[in-house]
Amino acid sequence: MLKYELVVIGGGPAGLSAAVEAYEQGVRKILILERDKELGGILNQCIHNGFGLHRFKEELTGPEYSLRYIDLVKDTTIETLTDTMVLEISEQKVVRAISAERGYMEIEAKAVVFSMGCRERTRGAIQLQGDRPAGVFTAGTAQRFINMEGYMPGKRVVILGSGDIGLIMARRMTFEGAKVEAVCELMPYSNGLTRNIVQCLDDYDIPLMLSHTIVKVHGKARVEGVTIAKVDENFKPIPESFKRIDCDTVLLSVGLIPENEITQNAGIAVDTRTSGPKVGELRQTEMEGVFACGNVVHVHDLVDFVSEEGALSGKGVAKYLKGELETTPNFSTANSDGIGYVVPQTVNLSNVDDQVTFYMRVRSVYDKHIVRAYQGDTLIAEKKERKFLPAEMVNFKIKKEILANLADGEIRFVVEEV
Amino acid sequence: MAKEMTCIVCPIGCQLTLEPEGESFAVFGNKCPRGKKYAIEEMIAPKRVITSTVAVDQGMYPVISVKTQAPVPKELIFDVMQDLSSVLMKAPIQVGDVVIKNVQGTGVDVVATRNA
Ligand SMILES: Cc1cc2nc3c(=O)[nH]c(=O)nc-3n(C[C@H](O)[C@H](O)[C@H](O)COP(=O)(O)OP(=O)(O)OC[C@H]3O[C@@H](n4cnc5c(N)ncnc54)[C@H](O)[C@@H]3O)c2cc1C
Ligand code: SF4
Repeated sequence: MLKYELVVIGGGPAGLSAAVEAYEQGVRKILILERDKELGGILNQCIHNGFGLHRFKEELTGPEYSLRYIDLVKDTTIETLTDTMVLEISEQKVVRAISAERGYMEIEAKAVVFSMGCRERTRGAIQLQGDRPAGVFTAGTAQRFINMEGYMPGKRVVILGSGDIGLIMARRMTFEGAKVEAVCELMPYSNGLTRNIVQCLDDYDIPLMLSHTIVKVHGKARVEGVTIAKVDENFKPIPESFKRIDCDTVLLSVGLIPENEITQNAGIAVDTRTSGPKVGELRQTEMEGVFACGNVVHVHDLVDFVSEEGALSGKGVAKYLKGELETTPNFSTANSDGIGYVVPQTVNLSNVDDQVTFYMRVRSVYDKHIVRAYQGDTLIAEKKERKFLPAEMVNFKIKKEILANLADGEIRFVVEEV
Repeated sequence: MAKEMTCIVCPIGCQLTLEPEGESFAVFGNKCPRGKKYAIEEMIAPKRVITSTVAVDQGMYPVISVKTQAPVPKELIFDVMQDLSSVLMKAPIQVGDVVIKNVQGTGVDVVATRNA
């Protein structure tokens, strides 16, 4: 059987960064398994620019960003297998995978990193009503078709959901000569970054219709149109507002879900708030020697933070293999009013260098608010921002010395008015 | 009269406020100097980096991704797209290889953003 110190499942930015960091920390026998034809993950299809400002202080496109990491991997003895799909891992950390070239494989790993990314919610997930014609795609599928496979999915488009991928595809399809009739967003605010609304919709006069949804898809063989409607405060379509828009394509940009079949089959519990495994400060899961990073843990809006998290898990792996990873946590994190989730879910202080970054999302739009961390009634730290939006992940750093002065227990994060 | 805009130079998307100051503008709310440069340029002559694809022969995929190496005037976007539609590259291609030199007379090159 093949034997490795570390097997990384998924060769996107999270997995690449985890492997590189583990290597830098002295781990030598590393294997990355990737089901696609090449490394780089979802970034290979994200050809727009704006990546890497935090990591590289430069503005890169998705493929350029992943290439930086692929090149780092090439400079090491890290091995990679593409076209290889991981099926499951056993309790003894035997990784079972198949590839067209090598067939079925079993690989023994001392440590495993999960970096399988996420997938998009589909038409089924949101129970979109109406006919079932061709021409309904997730925005990411359309992105792959246009940017990698060289196909144009349609000419007249309505987009449902204002997630970043949908916004970016509104611009991309406009560039390629399509007419984007509208972007309908169920919520009264957008789920995309403000910058994407400005440069993808406003620049091309594409209307963003907040508090709107598609109530019906029309068309037999191919999409012929949709009926859209305004929704009331309970998200119920208002019948008087029904309006038909003719189009041949519907793109869905209605959210991402961490890809955790392998995690769940391994018996690792998934946090219902993040849909990813519960992790500690170095992204250790509840299964010893198994780590997770990137979109498999929680959906990130910027890849820079994915790479950061990948590096944390790489550090964790190195510590674990040296037998230096402390396992009993000092703190657990909890979210109350206004916060949707907090990652990591536990913190062990002895594994922390100088600070812990807590990633979290707020539940709705907050102006003139502040995010605070409490233990019991004691205020530990706070984070100010001009505005908190559900679309923009909050990263909240707390110094080790502050945490070291606390009793073990729960740290709670809250959004409060100022 | 103060003007509000969102900086689009990086994903942070700072909310900027501009106030006329002599010939130019004073900019507030930017977390870095690039925001100031962007805001003033956006008022005078808006520019964008264009990212797209061109056809490639014998690559792993039928198209490869490309970008303008610097922002180009916004009104030229569709002319640049027109130029890109007639390009056919031949693999092998390295990231950074020039696809179109001095596109639309802007002085800016279009370069490949991946290997093929
Ligand atoms: C369609 C789409 C578009 C996006 N666009 C942007 C954007 O423009 N900007 C941005 O900052 N972020 C974007 N994101 C978010 C983006 O996912 C993250 O920024 C980042 O790419 C996540 O990195 P990752 O390594 O966690 O996941 P991914 O990049 O998704 O990588 C996961 C990898 O794991 C592989 N994999 C999964 N399961 C298996 C298995 N069983 N066996 C082997 N390999 C497996 C996948 O093939 C994939 O290559 C987008 C996400 C999606 C889904
Ligand atoms: S001002 Fe600087 S930090 Fe803020 S969005 Fe613009 S480029 Fe980014």
